Amino acid sequence: MEDDQELERKISGLKTPMAEGERKTALEMVQAAGTDRHCVTFVLHEEDHTLGNSLRYMIMKNPEVEFCGYTTTHPSESKINLRIQTRGALPAVEPFQRGLTELMNVCQHVLDKFEASVKEYKDQKASRNEATF
Amino acid sequence: MAAAQAVEEMRSRVVLGEFGVRNVHTTDFPGNYSGYDDAWDQDRFEKNFRVDVVHMDENSLEFDMVGIDAAIANAFRRILLAEVPTMAVEKVLVYNNTSIVQDEILAHRLGLIPIHADPRLFEYRNQGDEEGTEIDTLQFRLQVRCTRNPHAAKDSSDPNELYVNHKVYTRHMTWVPLGNQADLFPEGTIRPVHDDILIAQLRPGQEIDLLMHCVKGIGKKVARVANPRLDTFSREVFRNEKLKKVVRLARVRNHYIFSVESTGVLPPDVLVSEAIKVLMGKCRRFLDELDAVQMD
Repeated sequence: MEDDQELERKISGLKTPMAEGERKTALEMVQAAGTDRHCVTFVLHEEDHTLGNSLRYMIMKNPEVEFCGYTTTHPSESKINLRIQTRGALPAVEPFQRGLTELMNVCQHVLDKFEASVKEYKDQKASRNEATF
Repeated sequence: MAAAQAVEEMRSRVVLGEFGVRNVHTTDFPGNYSGYDDAWDQDRFEKNFRVDVVHMDENSLEFDMVGIDAAIANAFRRILLAEVPTMAVEKVLVYNNTSIVQDEILAHRLGLIPIHADPRLFEYRNQGDEEGTEIDTLQFRLQVRCTRNPHAAKDSSDPNELYVNHKVYTRHMTWVPLGNQADLFPEGTIRPVHDDILIAQLRPGQEIDLLMHCVKGIGKKVARVANPRLDTFSREVFRNEKLKKVVRLARVRNHYIFSVESTGVLPPDVLVSEAIKVLMGKCRRFLDELDAVQMD
């Protein structure tokens, strides 16, 4: 067993070519050699605690996840490292994807409830204004 | 019996003790408590979740969100503060500035002025594009020259009498329509939100003549937009010796009070809706990335 592990870096994600020829990745996956796909660190570019903490919460609610945590690498860099370790042989991408989908469903539900509540408040106010006449 | 109550309190309440706050972090994850099923259940969430609008007028909104975790409520707060797009002055082309306000200070002040233009009707400017097109840029002109007032009284010392145009307000900014913007936006709809923001002060002979380009951006780069206030609890009761033993202050963990104050560009309920959509957009972006990777 070697002490220094080789990191197998898999750069993924859409590469949007910029005018100057730069490449901009949004998502990277880093995996230590020797482990299978159930322990992966995702590097999310241009993200911070806003998505990091809420996504971490959704992923932790998944009973198949043994470990989930995120950190911001440095305040000057706008990216986060999100690590997921799953129980058994479930590939770590799966809870990641599921967490994103569930977070989207939560947001959709919050949006619907909020808009309904605002509409109800406006209707109530309108009917109260009418009643005073 | 007491143990079950204590566990319930640990799970659902943030306790404010005399010297500190306890049970701050969310702990109801699967496996932490035996006998509780804490796995994520969308139906259970939908059943317990509630939004109640307490107060709303054209610039401020107060509402309660019950049944959601801190992480997500905080995400909405962060997005409201910094990531809801607005139109704001980004580039200032200074033709003449003989006032005592330096160019860069003046440009900075102009950038902070809220512009009344719905950001959803505009696109982001492409990086590297210097000129800007009608779909992503608004142009404003500011041209003010201060002169002496010939009709002022001889021994007056009031600047309002002595000088003409010595205070530069946002009402001196004029909109210069680009392309087909004049057809799309009726007269008077594209302007700074407030007329009476003081930009600079001048004296006779000084002049400001500049052109401003206003683009769509998010506060992460420049701070602006809404201002949710935090509601804190008073712990005064702990000063009183007798009360100390009897009173227990605790907050329900999943109940959040949001207070949103808008700068006037968008009504506050639209701001909150946009903030929620921004978070959905982030999730969708990463889901698309994952799908793209799995295709390879």
